[in-house]
Amino acid sequence: MAVSRPRAGLRLPGAEAAMTKGLVVTYLSLIVLIPLAAIAAKAFSAGPAEFWDTITQPQAIAALKLTAICSLIVVLINAVMGTLIAWVLVRDDFPGKAIVNSVIDLPFALPTIVASLTLLTLYGNDSFLGIHAAYTRFAVIIALLFVTLPFVVRAVQPLLLSLDRDMESAAESLGAGKVRIFTRIILPNLLPGIAAGVALAFARALGEFGALVLISGNVPYKTEVASVFIRGQIESDQVVGAAAVSVVLLVFSMCMLAFVNLIQKWGLRHDR
Amino acid sequence: MTETTDELPIESHGIEVRDVNKDFGDFQALRDVNLIVPDGSMTALLGPSGSGKSTLLRTIAGLEVPTSGQVFIGGEDQARKPVRTRNVGFVFQHYAAFKHMTVFDNIAFGLKVRKKNRSEIEERVNELIDLVQLTGLAKRYPSQLSGGQRQRMALARALAVEPSVLLLDEPFGALDAKVRKDLRTWLRRLHDEVHVTTIFVTHDQEEAMDIAEQIVVMNGGRIEQTGSATDLYDQPANEFVMGFVGEVNSLGGRLVRPHDTEILPVRSPDSVEVEIDRVVRLGFSGRVEMLTVPDKQEVWAQLTRSELETLNLESGSTAYVRPRPDALTRKDTGALDGTFREVSPDIHRPTYAGPELPV
Amino acid sequence: MTGNGRLSRYGLRFVALSYLSALLLLPIGVALVKTFDQGVGEVITQITKPDAIHALKMSLLTVIIAVPLNTVFGIAAAHVVVRTDFRFKWAINALIDMPFAVSPVVIGLALILVYGTGGWFGADLAAMGIQVIFSTPGIVMAVIFVSLPFVAREVIPVMQEIGTDQETAAETLGAGPWQTFRRITLPAIRWGVTYGIVLTTARALGEFGAVTVVSGNISGETQTLPLYVSQQFETFNSVGAYSASLVLAILALGTLLSMNLLRRREETND
Repeated sequence: MAVSRPRAGLRLPGAEAAMTKGLVVTYLSLIVLIPLAAIAAKAFSAGPAEFWDTITQPQAIAALKLTAICSLIVVLINAVMGTLIAWVLVRDDFPGKAIVNSVIDLPFALPTIVASLTLLTLYGNDSFLGIHAAYTRFAVIIALLFVTLPFVVRAVQPLLLSLDRDMESAAESLGAGKVRIFTRIILPNLLPGIAAGVALAFARALGEFGALVLISGNVPYKTEVASVFIRGQIESDQVVGAAAVSVVLLVFSMCMLAFVNLIQKWGLRHDR
Repeated sequence: MTETTDELPIESHGIEVRDVNKDFGDFQALRDVNLIVPDGSMTALLGPSGSGKSTLLRTIAGLEVPTSGQVFIGGEDQARKPVRTRNVGFVFQHYAAFKHMTVFDNIAFGLKVRKKNRSEIEERVNELIDLVQLTGLAKRYPSQLSGGQRQRMALARALAVEPSVLLLDEPFGALDAKVRKDLRTWLRRLHDEVHVTTIFVTHDQEEAMDIAEQIVVMNGGRIEQTGSATDLYDQPANEFVMGFVGEVNSLGGRLVRPHDTEILPVRSPDSVEVEIDRVVRLGFSGRVEMLTVPDKQEVWAQLTRSELETLNLESGSTAYVRPRPDALTRKDTGALDGTFREVSPDIHRPTYAGPELPV
Repeated sequence: MTGNGRLSRYGLRFVALSYLSALLLLPIGVALVKTFDQGVGEVITQITKPDAIHALKMSLLTVIIAVPLNTVFGIAAAHVVVRTDFRFKWAINALIDMPFAVSPVVIGLALILVYGTGGWFGADLAAMGIQVIFSTPGIVMAVIFVSLPFVAREVIPVMQEIGTDQETAAETLGAGPWQTFRRITLPAIRWGVTYGIVLTTARALGEFGAVTVVSGNISGETQTLPLYVSQQFETFNSVGAYSASLVLAILALGTLLSMNLLRRREETND
């Protein structure tokens, strides 16, 4: 019997499809959607004016500002170092390269609290290097660099691998030097990966908590980042304040995610 | 067949390759290659995969440095100079289009490198766009072009810098048969207009014979023979050239062309017994496909209609074949058997073995 | 290669390796030395303390609950995203990604606001005798939230890649939806699923921020291993903190190794 089906077909017919979709929607709602909605509701429970006052109180502003600035510095370093590391991993060859390549994933695998403790050992006050970075903004940046390391590397690596090497040969045969080949031919093709990696790293840095908690010292106005501020507010029962700052972080992060999605579409525009 | 003539003034040659060897580790990609490409001519490097033809082209371009030997372009040994300074135009099989740039910017790239002024660039690029018949597509991106259009863009990009030589690496290899044929004719006409010394690599003997004045047949990293299409067909230097340029049958240890294969109804001293497999009539001429007895080797003969009618062959019947008395034959040493296997060491590609971004 | 090219190559390699050493290897090496400062015996004493053992058990319990749930969800979500089309699919897609972008502390707060004593469902749950926040269910929910996207994100590209031809073929041969899934779809996506599970496990084991907010951090009760590390450190038992960290690090290393093995396997299978 010939059964014609739509090409991009809905694979699961009727009941099963509805059930699967129902399961997914319910799970997402209970775990993600309703809790996040609760935060927004709590933040605005006393009205928009109160919300504004809460997020503009000096300590909150200081925490948000520190978070934003540190995250920005961190992703800029990541953009450069991540691309460089990806380059070395793809184009260079040396003994132990495979090991270095797998080490990149360590920050994804290592629990953040372990990362914090580890960094504290080297950059903390009793470090054998004599670096007394603990409880400084430098420590915040180091910790954020650690947890965000893989994003740009892993976003750029596949692009670099699939890059048509003939493009570079062609540019060279047309007289282009190394610098021009990199800036005009290679970099434009890596840009979508760098941007996506940077956005993901930025989102991660904005919300990071575990890696900072031991090493940053959480000094208000100095090394207290937004997530630590929120935790402090929760512990002192300032739930509305905590929710309000959370909303600010949430909005930022959602923008980053939207940005990543746009980048991915934009990055594919010249491919076929 | 190649000649190295130290007496000839180098200036008179577009390109001269002398005693070039190229090794990739243990693999000898080029062995003692000598070649002269006359100024303004069109030369084809013809050979099976892995024969070294692309490596030779890349060596002339400067994309590979020879292990030993010299490469003269315009009378100067450039074998160890970077591709950047050689002023060669190179066209790649898979176009190597700058996919993030428009057609205009692709073609303008070399001119911008040479710091030409804006109006000059614009004029030259528009001229080239017309020359390669991409008029109106200047603002398109490569992804919006067909394969044939992309290759013409790549050609314009290479020509923009007024190269002293134009090198094309299987330029039509990625295109379908129809587009291939059109572009081939078009390239020949373009060459008549621009007159730049051109070398192109191909594994398609028809393509080489169609448009090249000089054909270089390569095999196993060596040049087997250099000459015109007629030279190669009528006076092949060896069995490889005979087998690669044109069709051959193996008859009792001799290679012979199908049109030189004679069919006899009765046994004669130098004939081979065959069973007629199929008779194909193609208008004026015809083809007889046969299997030798008893070892069932495929053999075929090209006959005129009158010959076919005289013989009146039927499939299944027995006949006898031999080379015509005046036929060109070469001894069959079995060297051709493995030649057409794909042996393409992918030297220029990096490999990757690592995890991806886990998000 | 020209001397200049070699110089820049070694230069880049040197910069990359130095950066990785300063950021990753050196701190980890120093921490390892520090861990064994007072001998192996002390480390063993520390990690066999009842509270430490309990914390490890607690961590493993959350993994055992969270990982299967997120795996089933992840596959179902991938199915919905790839194989169906409806108006609000973009919202599903965005929600799946949310945990990547939301701060763990915010996740903890969000769960409190819904399932806590004063929260939306808190009173009803309490009436049924279920305590979520400051108790195991809360920890499990927090872990589920943070590790939710991994399986889905690994499976979605694989499902897109394999297309629907094989599934359609199975159906024309008379297979039902469940048979098609079990015999065709699941084998095709198995490496994606496995890789997703490994990532989910790593994240679930290591989660600190969200758990710290919802757990109440009661040692011997609602304390997971990462919380134990932080508590030991704050109570100046640094050997205890380092020892427990070592256990977590070994688990992480195992994860990293299996990630690499899986990648290699996947590549050779392709």
